[in-house]
Amino acid sequence: MSIEVEELTEHTRSRPGALRRFLRNPLGIVSSVALLLIIVMSIAAPWLAPLDPTAPALDQINSGPNPTYALGGDSAGRDVLSRLIWGGRSTLYGAAIVIVVTAIVGIVTGLLAAYLGRFTDIALSWISDALLAIPSIIVLIALYAAIGPYVTVSMVVFGLLISPFLYRLVRTMAIEVKNEPFVEAAQVAGLGTVRIVFRHVLAVIRGPIIVMLADIAATGIGIQASLEFLGLGSVNSVTWGGMVQDAFNAIYRAPLNVVWPGLILTVTIASIALIGNAVRDALVPGHGPSRTAKKAQSRLSTPATAQTALGTSVSATSNAGEALVSLRNLQIGYPTFEGAMSIVVSDVSLDVLPGEVLGLVGESGSGKSQTILSILGLLPAQAQIVAGSMSFSGSTIDVRQHEQLRGRSIAYVPQEPMNNLDPLYPVGEQLARPLRKVTGLSRADARRRALELLERVGIRDPETVYRLYPHQISGGMAQRVLIAGAISSEPQLLIADEPTTALDVTVQAEILELLRDLQRERSMAILIVTHNFGVVADICDRVAVMKGGRIVEAGGVDDIFTRPQHEYTRLLLGSTLENAETRTYIEGVQA
Amino acid sequence: MVLYLLKRLASAIVLLVLVTTATFAVMYSSSENVVRSLVGENATPEQLAQRTSELGLDRPLWEQFASWAGKAVTGDFGISYFTSEPVVVAVTNRLPATLSLVITSMIVLSIVSAVLGTLAAIRTGGALDRTLQVVTELFSSVPKFWLALILVIAFALTVPIFPATGFVPLGEDPLGWAVAIFLPVMAIVLGELRVTSMVRGAVSDELSKDYVRTLRARGLKNSEILFRNVLRNAAPPWLTLMSMKFVALLGGTLVIEKVFALPGLGSLATNAALSGDVPVLLGVVVATVLIIVVVYLVFDLVQSWLNPKVRLQ
Repeated sequence: MSIEVEELTEHTRSRPGALRRFLRNPLGIVSSVALLLIIVMSIAAPWLAPLDPTAPALDQINSGPNPTYALGGDSAGRDVLSRLIWGGRSTLYGAAIVIVVTAIVGIVTGLLAAYLGRFTDIALSWISDALLAIPSIIVLIALYAAIGPYVTVSMVVFGLLISPFLYRLVRTMAIEVKNEPFVEAAQVAGLGTVRIVFRHVLAVIRGPIIVMLADIAATGIGIQASLEFLGLGSVNSVTWGGMVQDAFNAIYRAPLNVVWPGLILTVTIASIALIGNAVRDALVPGHGPSRTAKKAQSRLSTPATAQTALGTSVSATSNAGEALVSLRNLQIGYPTFEGAMSIVVSDVSLDVLPGEVLGLVGESGSGKSQTILSILGLLPAQAQIVAGSMSFSGSTIDVRQHEQLRGRSIAYVPQEPMNNLDPLYPVGEQLARPLRKVTGLSRADARRRALELLERVGIRDPETVYRLYPHQISGGMAQRVLIAGAISSEPQLLIADEPTTALDVTVQAEILELLRDLQRERSMAILIVTHNFGVVADICDRVAVMKGGRIVEAGGVDDIFTRPQHEYTRLLLGSTLENAETRTYIEGVQA
Repeated sequence: MVLYLLKRLASAIVLLVLVTTATFAVMYSSSENVVRSLVGENATPEQLAQRTSELGLDRPLWEQFASWAGKAVTGDFGISYFTSEPVVVAVTNRLPATLSLVITSMIVLSIVSAVLGTLAAIRTGGALDRTLQVVTELFSSVPKFWLALILVIAFALTVPIFPATGFVPLGEDPLGWAVAIFLPVMAIVLGELRVTSMVRGAVSDELSKDYVRTLRARGLKNSEILFRNVLRNAAPPWLTLMSMKFVALLGGTLVIEKVFALPGLGSLATNAALSGDVPVLLGVVVATVLIIVVVYLVFDLVQSWLNPKVRLQ
């Protein structure tokens, strides 16, 4: 059985326009048509079949294709073509029963577990696990022995045995949806639980349910055919699986007879499975772009946003000496599904001088992260650098592809410390390993150095922390560990992406202080991304303000705070600082 | 750890009781037919009644079950109604063929799915990725017994490279064993190839995680991060799926055993179920559940060895 609950819950959610996308998918159309033809063929079998599917003819036993029997005869001399046409009936009937039983049992129990909670949930989940542990085909064989060849009963039982897959899906998704604001709002509005479930919850989760039911129907057809092949099918009706069994016994004389029923079974199963896939693809446009890419795309849903946002770019360059890092006219885009390019960074130029702290400020989606990732050479694979150049310490760097700087001259401190440590290894090990691989230290030296670094970033008991796993330490401590890792290669430039945003307020101050101390002690340059002017005031020498993928204002910290030139900067300042004095309006400024 | 094992043991016992009771209840209704086929068509009603009470089938269901279970815990699973062969012997004779098939298929499937799935994830949208998506979807739609038959027609009848039927024990002749199970294993692995797309999904999810970017920022090579961090983090969902596949295969080999005439548990179960040989069927069911319990336990231990959060609890 090839049913994957986790993947479904994670990737499938109803989105508007799903039907239109489904109709545009050629594979979905072709398989829908194929299934429809098979259904029509089965219903119209009495009129379509050229001959009686059960009438034997002695001269046609295992005969090959001939004028009377277009596809030849089987081991009893019956017409293979007519039997193929009739055989769809029991297959589709069985599949329909499996779908109905599984849908009712799976959805009802799943919703019950999600809404009644605790005891019901535990009991149902245990039963579902137990059912999944039983090989269903053995149960069905025992059932056959007890009651005989009843397709209806055996498919009802199979539907019960396989319903835990749907149960798990519905339960997981219903619990998720239950906690979403619109359901809570409906509850507050006084709607009854039953109505909420039917109106809201089922509407959201029906997509994934359809996808899984397609999978289950396909599996059911396979199981039913297997039973028929084993000789446990109905004796009276014509079945595809039974035809394979019949042909199997005569495989040396008429191997071709094995081919036809299997082929039509495959086409039926494949068309149902492919319809399921097409539904899933229609629900989730574009599988698998990485999180960063998705983020960047959702921010700029229309490619025009960047272009229309603002006029010209300001550069954050500096003439005060040779720059450590220089970016010139950087432009980054993501290909959209329509084939166009969505520009997320446009015409950005900036310099970071040795030993200075440059702040990159702006709201979410302004292109800050994309800019710094390009300096690290860590843009997502989908990102394209359309234009721009870069140099480091005077030498030109290929901005489109470079990896020699990161982890050596340029280091990186990420935004959410907890997501940035591998959960499977102790933190000390995660510190020491790059030291060995990148700096070439011995195992013992790397360990000693890692302990020193932990101590330097303010961790009191390095020996203990060294052995702890990420889930055992706090966010602040995790950020210290990541900072220790960043400075371990004695970098000339430290790039910090909102290093304090995910932390508690008290911890934020400590982390900033640590960064400032480290910067002074090592006269290291820092490029810090933030949307917080408090952070800027605390640590930065110069600031560049970004909006809509462009730098709209740049200058010394004092200038920006006292004489903000751009309306957007003033807006940011106004929303950050309560101190009214800084919001002086200056006449003659054009936005 | 002890508590965990105890919990596991308890749920295994409950599962065993449930499954055997269900089997008992299902088979109970057909016991009259069984006795009739044992004593023959011409037997008198007295002979029938006598045989029924000899077999203890005249007792209430729960009593029959209690007496069976009482003996079963001591390892006595009774004898076959029809062949008088001890059930334990019948089952152990059939185990090698089924286990060879299932375990070999699992190993091959693990390697193939891990390698292909990872390669597809590294180059999402590449030629291999797209080919695999079509091929795996195609093969997973083909009924396994038919796939097996097509392989027989192709590689045993048309081009006779492999034998069409038969089994050679591994201990007797390793090469003969490998040749004999080659086509059956191939049929199973091709039929389950869809595991590959699951691996691809898990690896590509893991590759887009933040910590991977941070490790790259530390200057580590992509290949080092892939082998040491990404694959290990992507393993749990894959292992869960493989453990479920193991259970599915235990039942799924039945049709494969029939196609290749392999003397396995599946054919034993089919024949026992069809003839109403309750002791043998119960023996197969108990053996199957025990194997499943052990397999889940092993997979669980591997999971917890991989995941420090579980391990440290």
